[in-house]
Amino acid sequence: MNSHTTDHATLADKFNENEPRVNWHDETLWWVRKKRDRMAWSVSGWEKLREAASDIKRHVLGNLHDYLVQFEQQAIKNGAIVHWAADAAEHNKIVLEILQQHQVKRMVKSKSMLTEECHLNPHLEANGIDVIDTDLGERIVQLAKEPPSHIVLPCIHKKKEEIGELFHEHLGTPAGNADPQFLTAAARQHLRQEFLQADAAITGVNFAVAETGEMVVCTNEGNADMGAHLAKVHIACMGIEKIIPKRKHLGVFLRLLARSATGQPITTYSSHFRQPNPGQELHIVLVDNGRSRQLGREDFRNSLKCIRCGACMNTCPVYRRSGGHSYHTAVAGPIGSILAPNLDMKDFADLPFASTLCGSCSNVCPVKIDIHQQLYKWRQVIVQEGYATSGKKMSMKMMTSVLSSPATYRTAGKMGRWVLRAFPGMVNNRMNPWYKQREMPAPPKVSFSEWYAKNKKDEQQG
Amino acid sequence: MKVGLFIPCYIDQFYPQVGIATLQLLQKLGCEVEYPQGQTCCGQPMANSGFEHLTHGCNSLFVDHFDGFDYIVAPSGSCVLHIKDHLHEPKREAAAENIRARIYELSEFLTDVLKVTSLPARFPHKVGLHQSCHGQRGLHLAQMSELVDQPFSKPGQLLQMVAGLELISLDRTDECCGFGGTFCVAEEAVSVKMGVDRIADHVKHEAEVITGTDVSCLMHLEGIINRRQQPLRVMHIAEILNSTI
Repeated sequence: MNSHTTDHATLADKFNENEPRVNWHDETLWWVRKKRDRMAWSVSGWEKLREAASDIKRHVLGNLHDYLVQFEQQAIKNGAIVHWAADAAEHNKIVLEILQQHQVKRMVKSKSMLTEECHLNPHLEANGIDVIDTDLGERIVQLAKEPPSHIVLPCIHKKKEEIGELFHEHLGTPAGNADPQFLTAAARQHLRQEFLQADAAITGVNFAVAETGEMVVCTNEGNADMGAHLAKVHIACMGIEKIIPKRKHLGVFLRLLARSATGQPITTYSSHFRQPNPGQELHIVLVDNGRSRQLGREDFRNSLKCIRCGACMNTCPVYRRSGGHSYHTAVAGPIGSILAPNLDMKDFADLPFASTLCGSCSNVCPVKIDIHQQLYKWRQVIVQEGYATSGKKMSMKMMTSVLSSPATYRTAGKMGRWVLRAFPGMVNNRMNPWYKQREMPAPPKVSFSEWYAKNKKDEQQG
Repeated sequence: MKVGLFIPCYIDQFYPQVGIATLQLLQKLGCEVEYPQGQTCCGQPMANSGFEHLTHGCNSLFVDHFDGFDYIVAPSGSCVLHIKDHLHEPKREAAAENIRARIYELSEFLTDVLKVTSLPARFPHKVGLHQSCHGQRGLHLAQMSELVDQPFSKPGQLLQMVAGLELISLDRTDECCGFGGTFCVAEEAVSVKMGVDRIADHVKHEAEVITGTDVSCLMHLEGIINRRQQPLRVMHIAEILNSTI
């Protein structure tokens, strides 16, 4: 959902029009963050585990070419058909061609943020193929014709009453019924039909093991298995950074993923897909879509370590109070804000600024990505590349000229404080975003430096 | 021990009392303190906005003013972190490096360098400590809630030395207040909401005073408190540690 007209600040402002809802959103995600904390404290050597995961991923990124070739060889040996896509358009084209070859009209898809990133659904729908998202949260936002607002909890922005209404409209559940258990059962019945009818299944990939050519998909609902086992064609779509060298490394990542994501010890299903079932086709689409470019940016390379747990979103005080849609990109929150500018620097020039640089994201990250430092670095790149607004450029230049000259600073400070005292209306008006909901500090008569000069003089005279 | 006192620009202009308390506290603890006249700003407002390339004037001034001190101390974790991470001066890189290694935020200077174990301070109030992020996660002034580690808090340790002071606990020990430099105006709605929530946590636990190591965060919280006429106030930690018996 690229938005060319609206930036994070504007969308966040809108989100904040309903304060009780912001409180609810914030508290819900904070609850997930606390669950994550409890899990982290219950694992001995948690910080070492993060370090190990980070090191493995660093090794992978340094040897990505070799591991990808190894993975491909193993996967082919296992009977899979491997495709390489340079970008989103090529990915969508490959998937469409596979589906068309098999005359697929209706297919199921388990959660894949990559297909969101590539905008696969609209592409397939435009070509006459119905896509049913089978992750419950994703199905809900699909019925609501919205993108997911969170990579792990796609409909975290929706209240159960709203889901009840959606189900009433689309699945025929009784009006006014918002009982989560009832709605989940209704969704299960509905999805079961879809699983049975689907001609093809798309899944994402959490980890692809170079050593064996197998892929691991983590779900809580078993929907990846239901789709992949029932359909004639299984297409697994993955970013090229999902590789891990060996099966044994799953012991590190599976311990971190669900604990970081939702505060569960592990996802209900960690499904391994290695070879097609008899009579089935297994396709693997390996997608670059800017990842090689990001790999080449030394300052931002580490962002490719991400295992899509969403912990940085749950902890982010800005995400919790602005909602996932305010980031207008498939992957929201802090990690999205360092990934998106690589995809389109102009469209996402606002995102690295949608942060206070508090650093909480980097601390919860299970693969220790220096997220807040990358946000800072993206700000420099975005300004250097010319994507700062002209107003901002001007105010920064003015600020610089004042702060680079002690004499100008002294005069400006004196003037500023005097103006505030004499004509408070000059600053305290609606044009000043500080003043909209905050008072200005009361201007003192003398600055510290003026006080110090006088005090020191008195001291010497005394 | 010769200490160079760095008073960040917004403290100089709007909160001189914090500079005065810092100076008096350091002198009380036996430091020889000098405030180099002509200092302006660490350059962080530009750098955090993506204009780090415009900070060479500030960097050069900073080296002019603070080269040669045993220590440089400032009542701001955020500005200190910026200097530590980003102060460079191509022509005088050795001096810049020296400053980066010798600059301290006030409370860590008290606990780590002066190794203060008692203070002649009294402040009979319920106080909440807002752990500002740059001091907290950048300078490691306290254990961070995200990390599995032994608990500690340098500013907390100092506040415990103040007679009569009751340090309240908060639901969220180190949640950001939403100031964030230019974020506070560029993302006004979220910034204010974060501040409102931070204050609410203190009000819920009956704090009379919110203190912290950064005036910038406190200024933002004070702006909201004053607009809403809430029954608490903000004070920098230097003002509390310098309160006389």
